[in-house]
Amino acid sequence: HYNTEKYHHMRSVSVDLNHDASLLIDIPDALCERDKVKFTVHTKTTLSSFQKPDFSVPRQHEDFIWLHDTLVETEDYAGLIIPPVPPKPDFESPREKMHKLGEGEATMTKEEYTKMKQELEAEYLAVFKKTVQVHEVFLQRLSSHPILSKDRNFQIFLEYDQDLTVRRKNAKEMFGGFFKNMVKSADEVLISGIKEVDDFFEQEKTFLLDYYSKIKDSTAKAEKMTRSHKNIADDYIHISATLNTLSADDSTYRHCGGYYMSSFVFLQKVEGRVASDQELKLTELLRYYMRDIQAAKDLLYRRARALVDYENSNKALDKARLKSRDIPQAEEHQKQCLQKFDKLSESGKKELTSFKGRRVVAFRKNLIEMAELEIKHAKVSSPIQPRDFYTLIHVYNM
Amino acid sequence: MATSSERSPPPFPDSEDQDVLDSEEVGGRESDEDDDGGGDDLLFVNPSNPPLTKMDTTLPPASQPSDVLMEPPSDLMNDPLIEPFSSLTENKPTSKIVSEPSDDFVDLTNNLADSPEDAAESVLADVAIDTTEIPLDEPSDDFVDIFGGETEAPREEVVIANVTVKAAAAADKSEVTSDVTDPPGDLKTGSDFEQEANETATDSIIDLSDDLLSSNAQKPPLASDQFVDPLVDFLSDAPPAADAKIPSRATVDLFEDEGNDLFTEPRQTKSAKQQQKSLFGEADEDLFGEPLGATTKKPVIKEPKGKPVPTKAARDVSNMGGPLQDGYTAEPADIFSEEAVTTVPSIKKTSAVNSKTNGVHSEEDTDIFAEATVELSLDSPQEERKKGVPAVPSASAPSVSAATSLAKPQSASLEELDDDEEEEEEEEEEQEDKFDISISVKDPEKIGDGMNAYMAYKVTTQTPLPMFRNKTFTVRRRFSDFLGLYEKLSEKHGPNGFIVPPPPEKSILGMTKVKVGKEDSSSADFVERRRAALERYLQRIVHHPSLLQDPDVREFLEREELPRAVGTQALSGAGFLKMINKATDAVSKMTIKMNESDVWFEEKLQEVESADQQFRKLHVLVESLVVHRKELSLNTASFAKSTAMLGSAEDNTALSRALSQLAEVEDKMEQLHQDQATNDTFNFAELIADYIRLLGSVRGSFDHRMKAWQRWQDAQAALQKKRETEAKLLWANKPDKLQLVKEEIAEWEVKVTQYERDFDRVTATVRKEVVRFDKEKARNFKREIINYLECLLQSQQQLIKYWEAFLPEAKAIA
Repeated sequence: HYNTEKYHHMRSVSVDLNHDASLLIDIPDALCERDKVKFTVHTKTTLSSFQKPDFSVPRQHEDFIWLHDTLVETEDYAGLIIPPVPPKPDFESPREKMHKLGEGEATMTKEEYTKMKQELEAEYLAVFKKTVQVHEVFLQRLSSHPILSKDRNFQIFLEYDQDLTVRRKNAKEMFGGFFKNMVKSADEVLISGIKEVDDFFEQEKTFLLDYYSKIKDSTAKAEKMTRSHKNIADDYIHISATLNTLSADDSTYRHCGGYYMSSFVFLQKVEGRVASDQELKLTELLRYYMRDIQAAKDLLYRRARALVDYENSNKALDKARLKSRDIPQAEEHQKQCLQKFDKLSESGKKELTSFKGRRVVAFRKNLIEMAELEIKHAKVSSPIQPRDFYTLIHVYNM
Repeated sequence: MATSSERSPPPFPDSEDQDVLDSEEVGGRESDEDDDGGGDDLLFVNPSNPPLTKMDTTLPPASQPSDVLMEPPSDLMNDPLIEPFSSLTENKPTSKIVSEPSDDFVDLTNNLADSPEDAAESVLADVAIDTTEIPLDEPSDDFVDIFGGETEAPREEVVIANVTVKAAAAADKSEVTSDVTDPPGDLKTGSDFEQEANETATDSIIDLSDDLLSSNAQKPPLASDQFVDPLVDFLSDAPPAADAKIPSRATVDLFEDEGNDLFTEPRQTKSAKQQQKSLFGEADEDLFGEPLGATTKKPVIKEPKGKPVPTKAARDVSNMGGPLQDGYTAEPADIFSEEAVTTVPSIKKTSAVNSKTNGVHSEEDTDIFAEATVELSLDSPQEERKKGVPAVPSASAPSVSAATSLAKPQSASLEELDDDEEEEEEEEEEQEDKFDISISVKDPEKIGDGMNAYMAYKVTTQTPLPMFRNKTFTVRRRFSDFLGLYEKLSEKHGPNGFIVPPPPEKSILGMTKVKVGKEDSSSADFVERRRAALERYLQRIVHHPSLLQDPDVREFLEREELPRAVGTQALSGAGFLKMINKATDAVSKMTIKMNESDVWFEEKLQEVESADQQFRKLHVLVESLVVHRKELSLNTASFAKSTAMLGSAEDNTALSRALSQLAEVEDKMEQLHQDQATNDTFNFAELIADYIRLLGSVRGSFDHRMKAWQRWQDAQAALQKKRETEAKLLWANKPDKLQLVKEEIAEWEVKVTQYERDFDRVTATVRKEVVRFDKEKARNFKREIINYLECLLQSQQQLIKYWEAFLPEAKAIA
């Protein structure tokens, strides 16, 4: 069990991390091969359950999914919020952009093309880094969890120095997963009518449902906003390149054009950085917590399921008593259900409370960082103007 | 005969209205435009043309030295009013005159740092010195002394050669000036002239003075209004002069000084009489500039070696540049501002400029002007001159070499001009925006209902220019009136090679929305865009020195009711664009036919075409920037809303508050983005749109040049045919028909010369205009981009404020 204090020692973007050095995990390196990313998972530990104190293993995205799925399916962890699985690495959009850029090369000046390419490469790199980070965060959350960190599968994941040979899900399994989700959501609707016995969970449920829809919306909006920033940064690239061509063609611009151009390049860089920082600090935060809340909702679902099971077992017991048949089995079942439900409720309460603290801390951190970055960028773009600008104009004899 | 000989060297004597004032070409090249403008004005305002006509007649003689001497007397004879003037002049004491002029100058140059009185004193001193010195020395020496010794030894030769010319020039000047300015001043100048004349060509000088008197005599009858117009023209001319400054000083100096002296006196007297003092100062300059050109001409013709060369170059330049320059600097405001600038610090400046400018050329005019102002402003004019002296040799040497090196005086001078202009750009830029006329288009108002509705705008003009009846006036104009003005202007000035600023296109879509009365943001945006475009359009027109002089422009600005513009309705946006495109297509086709002998034009056309392409691309990009910015604004707004919702859903109080604060910040950001989108639109996209249109006009001016060329070629072909016929007839021995053909040949010969001159004139005008256009463009872009970046800066600073206010909220989350 972890305390709220733990959450104040955070190292990474949107998540709380372990402060005790008994199990430290990071991904120092990753290799991108086609659409596969090979992460190097590095572990440093003092725990005796590991054979060595320091080791690295290669892992793929699919391995992470496997780990996540086994954790979710472990009955014992039903009362825990399983950290959300990292999203699939998506290099499609920068790749597609790169492709488009290649096609449009003829319509662009060389400079324009180079700059666009640089920009795309930077974007690609950012996506890559982000991908590594979310995978790292997933493992770090597991390692910082008192129960999950002791999971056998998790330890295998960290330690087994061979390829895990986790199969990609085949079509049937994919469909099965899809079907399971369908059943789950249908079940969710079904059991939503269940009368809550605990006010805490009643409130949590309302809150999480509401919060989830809100944060989902905010995430989408933030994504759009970030994309707009990127578009503007791209526009600046083209504008500055065109200004450059103009100034090269036109004798009257020769002096000043270059400067205008560079000022636009500058604007573009600032705009681009604003976009990527917003992406990192705001959009990622929202996105992560959207998934985290989904995980919390899953917990609530599991608990609600247990509650329904318990009530059903109660009914079954009543029936058995009425018929005076199989009473001990029914009693046993009812007892188990109650036990399970109580256990779920207990750990769920803890998990949800800690989740709340974790969320607040993460929001605080990211909002502060974002505000600071915004200020920084605005300040960086200011000095190009009034005084310096005029002196430059003078120097260039425009 | 005189006219023809003179004409051939200066390709474009009068850029504007050749027809109106053909005779002027000879004498007043530089000021031709101005004069023309003035002439137009006169014609329009007052029926009395006498002064102009007189100028024309007198000027031609001036150009030829021998003639000059001869002619002055005849002028005397012609002028019946000599006596009355002399009496007037006599009545006035010289000292008084002097004091008055100083005041005038002070008025003119309010900016002068030095106390006006000092300036006045200095002027007086100058005058006195000049007068005293003159009688003693020989002609050449005299001049040198008189003019503060600016002319050095090498110059003297020229001076001598010029002396006679000078006399003639003086005569011309005096005549011109007298027409424009005052009789009393003339008297004085007359006396100066006489002294000079005694040494050089006494008789002629006397005659000159007489002429002056006579010219003065003419003046009194003229109405004050008349004065105003010419003066205005002069004023417009003056600015170029100031810009041009020192280059060819040495040769010109003599003249300039004379001019100054003469002028100062006339000004004073005039000022006393008339209220328009400022006008006078400029008038003087103009007058001089013209005569100088004429005078310089002479030496060149007579003496092919040595000095004449520089003078020739100068002359060419002045001639060529004359109209164009006028066009350039015509902005009245510039004149004043320049005067102001030149006065106190001017000395240094001018000297610096001198060292910079290689070419002698047109700057003559300017020189005169600059010196005049300098003298006035500075305590010891002689010292100033001395300062100027060192500059002179350096300036003169390069100019000479340049002139000699260039086989074609025209092109050479033009190139030099260009160089000069580039160098002077800095100065000009300092003076930019100081136009004496400011125009605003405001309060768009929908008049009428339904599809007959139209937008009317308030056009307010603010100007101290005397060519307008009031200092501030407002008229209501509808959109088609703006188009009508363009039609008139492009019809009149387009064929002469002028770049007439085009108005915004008609937009059926935009206007229909407005007509339907949708009060949505897009129609408001449309109206505002158009209003601003119309304002810039008018500003471009009135800041064009030649166009400002156009009576239609004045009518547009001033007249209460304007006759309904017809035919513009058909000129919808698409049609308008098509027209421009057609014109440009025609140009490109014609270029193929025409083997372009002028590399400059070839390069320029390419430049214009690629600029056009780039501007179009840029426009698309900026429009997409605007779209993206608006998108960002919308997305930010919806994110703000969403964040506010999230904040309300949040159960942690501090985080909830922080989120709603974040929502507020994003709300403000939305406003910033929106403002920025407006900034993108108005400071950037619209500017580019303007320049796409303007580049169309530039291409149009190339087109007109091509047409002129075509006409010339056609005429040559026709002439060739006639000659062949003549040869055939000679062979066939048919004397009766031969006579007819010979007459035809003579006719065509005249036409060919005429067309060739037209072509040269248009070519020069286009060149000038394109140079001006380029300069304006650079200036405009500089200004607008600075504006744009400043707006960006402002919003960045707002942004900093917002986030800094948010930061403690974020930190307060517990």
